[in-house]
Amino acid sequence: MAASTIKIENLHVEIEGSEIIKDFNLEINTGEVHAIMGPNGTGKSTLASAIMGHPKYEITQGSVHLDGENVLEMDVDERAKAGMFLAMQYPSEISGVTNADFMRSAINARREEGDEISLMKFIRKMDEKMDTLEMDQSFSQRYLNEGFSGGEKKRNEILQLMMLEPRFAILDEIDSGLDIDALKVVSKGVNDMRNPEFGCLIITHYQRLLNYIKPDKVHVMMQGRIVKSGGAELAERLEAEGYDWIKDELGIENEQVGDQQQEA
Amino acid sequence: MSVDTKWTYDEDYVKEYSQQRGEPNWLTEERLAAARLADKLELPKPEKTNIKTWNFTEFKHDAGVKETIDDVENLHEDVQKLIDRSTDEQNLIVFRDGHPVYRSVSKRLEEQGVLFMDIETAAKEHGDLLRQYFMGKAVNVDEHKLTALHVALMNGGTFVYVPKNVQVEAPLQVIYWQEDPEAALFNHVVVASEDNSEVTYLENYVSFQEEQKSVANIVAEVYAGSGAKVSYGGVDHLEKGMTTYVNRRGYVEKDGRIDWALGQMNEGNTVSDNTTILAGDGSYADSKSVSIGRGDQSQNFWTHIIHHGKHSDGQILTHGVMKDKASSIFNGVTKIEHGATKSNGEQTERVLMLSEKARGDANPILLIDEDDVTAGHAASVGRIDPLQMFYLMSRGLPRSEAERLVIHGFLAPVVNELPIQSVKDRLREVIERKVY
Repeated sequence: MAASTIKIENLHVEIEGSEIIKDFNLEINTGEVHAIMGPNGTGKSTLASAIMGHPKYEITQGSVHLDGENVLEMDVDERAKAGMFLAMQYPSEISGVTNADFMRSAINARREEGDEISLMKFIRKMDEKMDTLEMDQSFSQRYLNEGFSGGEKKRNEILQLMMLEPRFAILDEIDSGLDIDALKVVSKGVNDMRNPEFGCLIITHYQRLLNYIKPDKVHVMMQGRIVKSGGAELAERLEAEGYDWIKDELGIENEQVGDQQQEA
Repeated sequence: MSVDTKWTYDEDYVKEYSQQRGEPNWLTEERLAAARLADKLELPKPEKTNIKTWNFTEFKHDAGVKETIDDVENLHEDVQKLIDRSTDEQNLIVFRDGHPVYRSVSKRLEEQGVLFMDIETAAKEHGDLLRQYFMGKAVNVDEHKLTALHVALMNGGTFVYVPKNVQVEAPLQVIYWQEDPEAALFNHVVVASEDNSEVTYLENYVSFQEEQKSVANIVAEVYAGSGAKVSYGGVDHLEKGMTTYVNRRGYVEKDGRIDWALGQMNEGNTVSDNTTILAGDGSYADSKSVSIGRGDQSQNFWTHIIHHGKHSDGQILTHGVMKDKASSIFNGVTKIEHGATKSNGEQTERVLMLSEKARGDANPILLIDEDDVTAGHAASVGRIDPLQMFYLMSRGLPRSEAERLVIHGFLAPVVNELPIQSVKDRLREVIERKVY
């Protein structure tokens, strides 16, 4: 099976006139897991949302290509159909729409008319994935994310990942707010996805998650761009020593982007 | 449009009409008194909607008696689709232009002593019982011109009576089908549920071809006795030429309860009043309604819960979707009277705007004359949340499909409450047709 590549070049992203991402470059192949680490406010989540087409972010320069196709020209749903997926840090709640109905619509949206997934096959798959994620069956009939706890929302994002089986997934702080047991479960879900036809970009503050999902490459983001890259050992050093040594090494005083103090 | 104050239907007409139907004297007298009032009284004045130019005067009053039908198979195809066939215990009445044409009542219902019949028959056979409730504690004939006209010209409706301690399990279904495009409907519903009884009633108002100019003037009275529980579902989908006044009122005694689920999908101009009087201590009302405004229609919805009883609890939820140049006013009123201590009233009005030319007003109103209560409201008017759209589309749903899901979800609070699957399915179809 042919490998796929997502290629981000010289990306610049603004939100409400202030530039958050500056000259960001990264290439991910299927079969690889990349992790982006970095302190708060360095543009990590903005990067994730902008690549998927978040309405608040404006891309002012640069390009994102998926196997040569220009992603930035695609509508959000076309990006998903091309094989991209974003597990969101703050997923929306949609009242009145059950988790199961939503996921079935999403699966069928990627299939040709007349080739919809059969109800039995869908239920079997959903049951299986929910078991892996140790989710109660009642979640399939609950309204999408409505009244879910933080941890339940994260599991539900990974459930969607497993149901939709994209080629590339961006996991935006999928570990935040999870206790150690939930973290293990969520990691198991992601690890189940690992194969030569799946590429993944994990965005996280903490090295903790990377104990369970071993990355092939680790990148450190500061001031809206990658300032250092390495293997899994880089994450371990960051865990042990923090970020200051990188700042010293590169002569960075303030790692944050512009005057944005929060992780946008 | 001119405002015609000369009614074609005068006292002589009303008297003859009543006698023709073999009504008891008390009812003829009430009609005549109402006819006199109708001349004097003004139209209601719904908040922020001017109805003075609406057609309440031009219509054909009665389309004439219809032949009864023995088999549902012989009903209009679209009427058949509404009928619940999942059960052997079918309790169903179908009206055609106000006249009952089909009736099926389960044996069990008869054994329980429940009355479920058209109001014309009820007036003849159970006149004294009907009289106890007709234009009783819930609605007054002299509220305005439309309530008076309603009584004077009542031409159809249903009487439901559930004796004490009787639990009716299968829902009672009524379909009011308007076929004659000029025929008016002056429909009167009484649901009387005695102490500790329980009943579910579900009505559909439907027409399938555009009316010429005509009028629907509907009054429903629901009485929940002590500890009684009434679930009242209604789906209105009358075509465009029909100007509708619909007044659904409830009166709840001690520890009784009424749950309303109203899908208000009329295509023409509509004034709706859904009021529940929480008379007894510990009484409860839950009023849910959803609507879609489209084209150039104008609608005014008034959802009102009045607390008299201590520890009474009233919940209002109103969701409206507005498109094209339609205009709708949503008024939610929680009124807590002095002495209704420990009462609680909550309301939510939400309006989803799909067009810049549409108008949707949500007016939450709390009128509280008692200190020792809790009450709250939430109201919003806005477009579909772009972040919800981003979320759904990021999973591969095209924009139109994502919007569809959000809108169905927004209207689900009422759709999900309806007790008959076939009616739910039809309402979903109506929503689909109206939104796209």
